[in-house]
Amino acid sequence: MPGLPELLDEANRQLTICNACRYCEGYCAVFPALERRSVLREGDVALLANLCHDCRACYQACMYAPPHEFAVNVPALLSRGRLESYRRYAWPGAFARLFDHPRHAAAGASLIVAVLVLVAIVVRAGVGGLVAVQTGPGAFYRLIAYEVMVAVAMILSAAALTLLAGGFYRLWRDAGGSRRQLLDLHLWAGALSDAAKLRYLRGGGGGCHYPDPLRPAQARLAHHHVLVAGFALAFAATVVAAFEQDVLGLIPPYPILSAPVLLGIAGGLLVMAGAGGLLLMKRREPAAAHDLRGPGFRALDVAFLVLVESVAVTGLLLLVMRATPAMGPLLVAHLGAVGGLFATAPYGKFVHAVHRFAALLRDRAEAR
Amino acid sequence: MQAPDVLVIGGGNAALCAALAAADRGARVLLLEKTSAEWRGGNSKYTRNIRLVGPDYSEEEFLADLVGVTGEEIDKDLATLVIERSGGVSRWMEAHGAHWQPPFRGTLQLARTNHFFLGGGKALLNTYYDRAQRAGVEVRYHAEVVSLQLADGRFRSAIVDMPEGRREVPAPAVVVASGGFESNLEWLGRYWGKAVDNYLIRGTSANDGRLLADLLEGGALQRGNPRGFHAVACDARSPRYEGGIVTRVDSLPFGIAVNRDGRRFGDEGQDLWPKRYATWGGLIALQPDQLAFSVFDSQVLGLFIPPLFPPLEGATIEELAVKINVDPGALETTVGEFNSAARREIPFDFRRLDGRGTPGLQPPKSNWALPIEQPPFFAYPMRPGITFTYLAVGVDRHARVLDGSGRPMENVFAAGEVMAGNILLNGYVGGVGLTIGTVFGQIAGEEAAAHARAA
Repeated sequence: MPGLPELLDEANRQLTICNACRYCEGYCAVFPALERRSVLREGDVALLANLCHDCRACYQACMYAPPHEFAVNVPALLSRGRLESYRRYAWPGAFARLFDHPRHAAAGASLIVAVLVLVAIVVRAGVGGLVAVQTGPGAFYRLIAYEVMVAVAMILSAAALTLLAGGFYRLWRDAGGSRRQLLDLHLWAGALSDAAKLRYLRGGGGGCHYPDPLRPAQARLAHHHVLVAGFALAFAATVVAAFEQDVLGLIPPYPILSAPVLLGIAGGLLVMAGAGGLLLMKRREPAAAHDLRGPGFRALDVAFLVLVESVAVTGLLLLVMRATPAMGPLLVAHLGAVGGLFATAPYGKFVHAVHRFAALLRDRAEAR
Repeated sequence: MQAPDVLVIGGGNAALCAALAAADRGARVLLLEKTSAEWRGGNSKYTRNIRLVGPDYSEEEFLADLVGVTGEEIDKDLATLVIERSGGVSRWMEAHGAHWQPPFRGTLQLARTNHFFLGGGKALLNTYYDRAQRAGVEVRYHAEVVSLQLADGRFRSAIVDMPEGRREVPAPAVVVASGGFESNLEWLGRYWGKAVDNYLIRGTSANDGRLLADLLEGGALQRGNPRGFHAVACDARSPRYEGGIVTRVDSLPFGIAVNRDGRRFGDEGQDLWPKRYATWGGLIALQPDQLAFSVFDSQVLGLFIPPLFPPLEGATIEELAVKINVDPGALETTVGEFNSAARREIPFDFRRLDGRGTPGLQPPKSNWALPIEQPPFFAYPMRPGITFTYLAVGVDRHARVLDGSGRPMENVFAAGEVMAGNILLNGYVGGVGLTIGTVFGQIAGEEAAAHARAA
């Protein structure tokens, strides 16, 4: 994408205009936060960028938007700022390049995990075991050892959590946050409420100017809620399953009418609907809008949503076909997608949840 | 393009209010906007607040505020009509999609008298356009009306330049809401001479006054004040047109204003800023080269909203004078006289009239006289920034345009800047332009729809 001006200079140029105008003060937290600053440093841009939920109401309201010579487009500017902050706070730094190739990163990580699962299955059950019908308690574990599955899941999720927490802390610090404020539960309560409600994804009351720039709508907000609810239910399914197995000693697969399976079905369906809806909206977004956001902006979202959608679809298929010869291959695909999701969490769109939360928390502290 | 019942000419607030009001009454409306979808909205896209009567702001006080700036020659009948109807405007706006927001920091003095729309005028206009189109209003861009065909005091048709060529558009009723003539430098020059070369037009570049001239030539009654306009102090470095709010210099009450010769020329502390900001464009227009400087020191930084450009800066008054090309001796004398006259014993409080004046100084600074003594020193260069003009076609209470003898033309209606001069002759009270445009837009739309139905 040629011709995008250097981010920090451009942020100072555009946001000086915003600070002199202030018409958008009522839309979200970005503009009051901006008014507390006169010159922006890089940490300020990271904060403002992640406070912005890209509802685009301010762009539609802006009389200085192109073709005006002032050429103000704050949501596009801050979208670039977010991608920049994802890269900056990735660790190790060399892995930041994964943000430039999100499709390859997601597909590659999933493929590697899938191959490892395949090898583990073949070693344990042989090639024949992979496509044999497995039923009864322990059906999954006849293909892949329980200990292996737990160990891999633990390592991947611990690594993802650690790396994400590191990025969170460094963003928090660069945005001016103190250690002491990190322990303030009132700030956490406020920021959690802002995050859970997606408070700043509401635009001017009518919702996001997305995907149709001229007709604000609540569809993105609704689909995001559905997706997050699906995530939460799927996570709950995992926790309940672990409890049933390790505490109650019940060995999966569980019957359809059991808590883990019902939670899993509900979670999977919600994730499918949420991620699917968000993907469809991407298709309807005018090309000019994502071009302005720089290279990779759209690819990052699409790669993440496709991965999430794959986890949900393979999980549901696995449930439906678990008593057929397809169970083995589906297990490979599902665990591959899940593993890819965890492995790329610190290097893909999932980061937005962590960075946004850091920004919301910082904003709560500042606005007090 | 369907044959409309009501033809609305213009694409700003008054035009959209007229189109919505007419569509609400079942009229088929065609709205002609001369600019593009991106530039639509006239001066309204640069606004953010509207003055309305409310629980804490009576009709009497509103009228007194208006008469206070514009003078006793005001058409009290029309002014009272606008003020009375303004009480119902916020509900009407909400019903047509408007959202409000709390007043801005730095504009708290307007909170009692004004409603602020969320996101400003362009957001409001976007909502109105969307609502209008959903209500069946046909909007045509790049459609410039070059003249109205009138016969026997009746509108017959409009001659319109469109991308597909020149067309004649007949309609039973027309609403002219096409703005003043502020973008037309040649026309401004008839009253202001070469001074207009130094004027900035802070709003739309589209308001050339073509239909205002066409109506006046066609026999409409001329009202308003040809030299009257809404004009603020704008940063001299701003673009010639379309600079909008970010070019406004808000530092004036916190320091002094001097002209090219280093002399003061107005009372920077006469009244609360929102009541006075629109007098400074006219004051600067009367200075040599139409150039002036807002001079202040470090102690007031942060008390006002900074404009787009950084101020010029000097470690001493002399150094600052050199930067702004003013005689250093003259500026030092002016600042010295001001500093010794300032009543230091009265506490400074910019949120109210603090009475901290400059006894004996001419012209006085009646409030907020802080000595300018804390280096570094700053200055914003200022030019007159014209927003809109006060020359108007005469209208009656039904928004009908009056002919030369004062008789209403039965199917020609006017709203917005093109008729605001019936009420505004001098000065300005913040947010009243939108009030006039909204109320007369509604009246014009309603009456035009009723006329079209009867016809």
